[in-house]
Amino acid sequence: MSLLLEPTAQNIKEEKLYREVGLSDEEFGMVESILGRLPNWTELGLFSVMWSEHCSYKNSKPLLKKFPVTGERVLQGPGEGAGIVDIGDGQAVAFKIESHNHPSAIEPYQGAATGVGGIIRDVFSMGARPIAILNSLRFGELDSARVRYLFEEVVAGIAGYGNCIGIPTVGGEIQFDASYDGNPLVNAMCVGLIDHKDIQKGQAKGVGNTVMYVGAKTGRDGIHGATFASEELSDSSDEKRPAVQVGDPFMEKLLLEACLELIKSDALIGIQDMGAAGLTSSSAEMASKAGSGIEMNLDLVPQRETGMTGYEMMLSESQERMLIVIEKGRENEIQELFHKYDLDAVAVGHVTDDQHLRLIHKGETIADVPVDALAEDAPVYHKPSTEPAYFREFKQMNNEEPEVENLEETLLALLKQPTIASKEWVYNQYDYQVRTNTVVTPGSDAAVLRIRGTEKALAMTTDCNSRYLYLDPETGGKIAVAEAARNIVCSGGVPLAITDCLNFGNPEKPEIFWQMEKSVDGMSEACNVLNAPVIGGNVSLYNETNGTAVYPTPVVGMVGLIENTKHITTQHFKDAGDLIYLIGDTETEFGGSELQKYVHGRIFGPSPALDLEKEKNHQANLLAAIHQGLVKSAHDLAEGGLAVALAESTFGTNGLGAEVDTEDSAVTALFSETQSRFIVSIDPQHKEAFEAVTGGKHIGQVTAQAALMIRNKGQLVVNRPVKDFEDSWRGAIACLLN
Amino acid sequence: MKFAVIVFPGSNCDIDMFHAIKDELGEEAEYVWHDAEDLSGYDGILLPGGFSYGDYLRSGSIARFSNVMKEVVKAAEEGKPVLGVCNGFQILLEAGLLPGAMLRNKELKFMCRTVGLVVENPNTMFTSAYSENQVIQIPIAHGEGNYYCDDAVYNELKENGRIVFTYEGLNPNGSLGNIAGITNAKGNVLGMMPHPERAVDALLGSADGLSLFQSIVKHWRDSNVITA
Repeated sequence: MSLLLEPTAQNIKEEKLYREVGLSDEEFGMVESILGRLPNWTELGLFSVMWSEHCSYKNSKPLLKKFPVTGERVLQGPGEGAGIVDIGDGQAVAFKIESHNHPSAIEPYQGAATGVGGIIRDVFSMGARPIAILNSLRFGELDSARVRYLFEEVVAGIAGYGNCIGIPTVGGEIQFDASYDGNPLVNAMCVGLIDHKDIQKGQAKGVGNTVMYVGAKTGRDGIHGATFASEELSDSSDEKRPAVQVGDPFMEKLLLEACLELIKSDALIGIQDMGAAGLTSSSAEMASKAGSGIEMNLDLVPQRETGMTGYEMMLSESQERMLIVIEKGRENEIQELFHKYDLDAVAVGHVTDDQHLRLIHKGETIADVPVDALAEDAPVYHKPSTEPAYFREFKQMNNEEPEVENLEETLLALLKQPTIASKEWVYNQYDYQVRTNTVVTPGSDAAVLRIRGTEKALAMTTDCNSRYLYLDPETGGKIAVAEAARNIVCSGGVPLAITDCLNFGNPEKPEIFWQMEKSVDGMSEACNVLNAPVIGGNVSLYNETNGTAVYPTPVVGMVGLIENTKHITTQHFKDAGDLIYLIGDTETEFGGSELQKYVHGRIFGPSPALDLEKEKNHQANLLAAIHQGLVKSAHDLAEGGLAVALAESTFGTNGLGAEVDTEDSAVTALFSETQSRFIVSIDPQHKEAFEAVTGGKHIGQVTAQAALMIRNKGQLVVNRPVKDFEDSWRGAIACLLN
Repeated sequence: MKFAVIVFPGSNCDIDMFHAIKDELGEEAEYVWHDAEDLSGYDGILLPGGFSYGDYLRSGSIARFSNVMKEVVKAAEEGKPVLGVCNGFQILLEAGLLPGAMLRNKELKFMCRTVGLVVENPNTMFTSAYSENQVIQIPIAHGEGNYYCDDAVYNELKENGRIVFTYEGLNPNGSLGNIAGITNAKGNVLGMMPHPERAVDALLGSADGLSLFQSIVKHWRDSNVITA
């Protein structure tokens, strides 16, 4: 029995056992002085998980404060399960993104599946009905068998969970780069719809009220998951496999429906997901937010295994569980509600007024800790920051065109690069239509879902080009936000807000902390200028394998509002004879570009520049043109530049092609990744009106002949059937996997 | 006409079915929980898609023991229209209302996309609004849609026009004879893997599925409305 093996308080201190659960000597000293005595093993466990980076943000808090978090539409900013933004008519949209990187690195199917499960709970714990899932994924290069395994299993895990629970997986993005070889990134975002009156909070208010445990039983899975997530990965990380949870989407479907029924009950006071650090974080945070305390009898906790200790129960990260606080005396009606779904609902404790978390097990008090010490008053560190030498070196380099012999063959090759290639091998495994609201399915700039019973729709996307961030985190951070907004605008929407998932290496390394600092600066500025506040998110640090960090990858998840479904726009050309326009000027910018990576096998030099005012104007002009009904298709220029964007706009159009003329030097015109650009197609009758609104440059037309023809200074440099390009682009990922 | 949309624990296309009937077809629909004991008040029974009981065992194999299934069998015997889509089809197979079984898709992966379906038999209560060999665009979303039966059953289905829909062009899941949907011998129970309820609004890509529901209503009117 593990009970017998628990070290004594004296042992913990003398043998420095706290180090094994992630606490430093100083932090252990703080715990000692908070309690005025030595912590026992259970109490040490509580502090260890709650003070992990994953739960406390102790290394990132000072940076997160820089984000703009308010706005006229923001109903709930960071700090609850998910942020909430008003969309009018008494409705609101709740959304959040979260990482499940470490679990996915060692147990990819379950790691990804439970990442999806966790973010869904965050959204329905607010009282919102989850309507869509997106995923932002990063893997190493697909030429490694291990990477292919991780990629296939992560996709299967997302599909397995999302399809079963019946929430459409509608979008996201996937990029491949060697920096993610041993440490893939798996970020899941969930979007929910809610009426203002149903918004819930995770608060344990009202002394004497009942604390109930609902959902799945507690097992020994996922113990210390949060602590594990706050360490670097290494060759011995496989030993941490027991810290990965196992998901049960069927159970979560029942829990979801039961909780959405529960929020209609006036007996409900507060509700919170048992996510990272499970029972510990949900109880401590709910009490801390309400200024109250909680006492729980762990004997009453539904258990899947026998002989579990208090330590194990409090640190378990078993999935599909929620903690709720209800009005005292109404336990029976809540139990009845959950029993309809064959779910446990057990009164395990009550709200107290002493601001302590007190745990009883087998008649003894096994922990008695101030809740604020666990939740609010975790230590905060201001880590040293140093500008890395590589950054200065890159910044001073000139922007040079990579040498290209054959432009047409190069375009064909770029379309086959896994970061650019069609992701249908992935999204065809996701049910992206269930609940029948998905108007724009995966594969366009943003996914679009109608809001049933209204004329409105929501556009949603995730974005982050980490190559730019590696070269220049501040500019790259701005670009990540701007690109997300571009995708929303191209779909006909107004950006509402963002959620972010900050994936970085070890913050204790000054160069890594510098990347974090600069990225957040850039993102904050872009959020301010583009009027898209940050309403929540997640930080994932220590994304390193054997000492090598991933590229800085602060993923931006953005949701936009489309006022009328008539405004919904996709990237695909619609009719032959339509005019093609380019909005935005083109410079020679190849740092971090797809072409540079393809030609040189590595990235270097300055990242593309971003002028936020110009960005804002271009977006506003395009949106105005869309709203005036002048636009047939719109697509932002991203990886691979104009040539790739043009090719993508012809794909899936059943027989349309394009013919365009370019002026700058050919390599720049075709492949430069200058920011703030769009290609747009319009009906010829709107020529003057469109030019007046956007100042776009007419570069060609959509043709009835299914060929892509690009001229440069009068000379034909690309002239090939669309089918050749489309086949390469569609088949590339399946081909790399077989 | 009043439809029952049966909801098993884990059903997730129930809402799609409900709205297809209510909003697009303009008929009555009610959700009916899996423990219901009486379906006599309904004119048509709809078994929606999803993952009943998680489908951790063979798809549909637990749901078919639900209380409501006795009533579904009774409704089928009475000649009421019974439509099972996706997981609903799998449940009808497990319940023995339709012959054959489902295997995993031949590529062993879940598959979601819109496919062309050939209307093989327009002379059923589910397909009268279509014409023979009409190709309709209907989404699929399943991991176990690889229909299989033995030769005797296949010949029986084929000869009696019980193969109502087949996949056009590339077969997405490996099903025998490209089968996408079949009826029982009496013709009042239809099981199909594609989702007609997802194709009832052009905004979402296709409205080709609406005719299926309109066919059911027409059949019901023709056989129930006695006086004009």
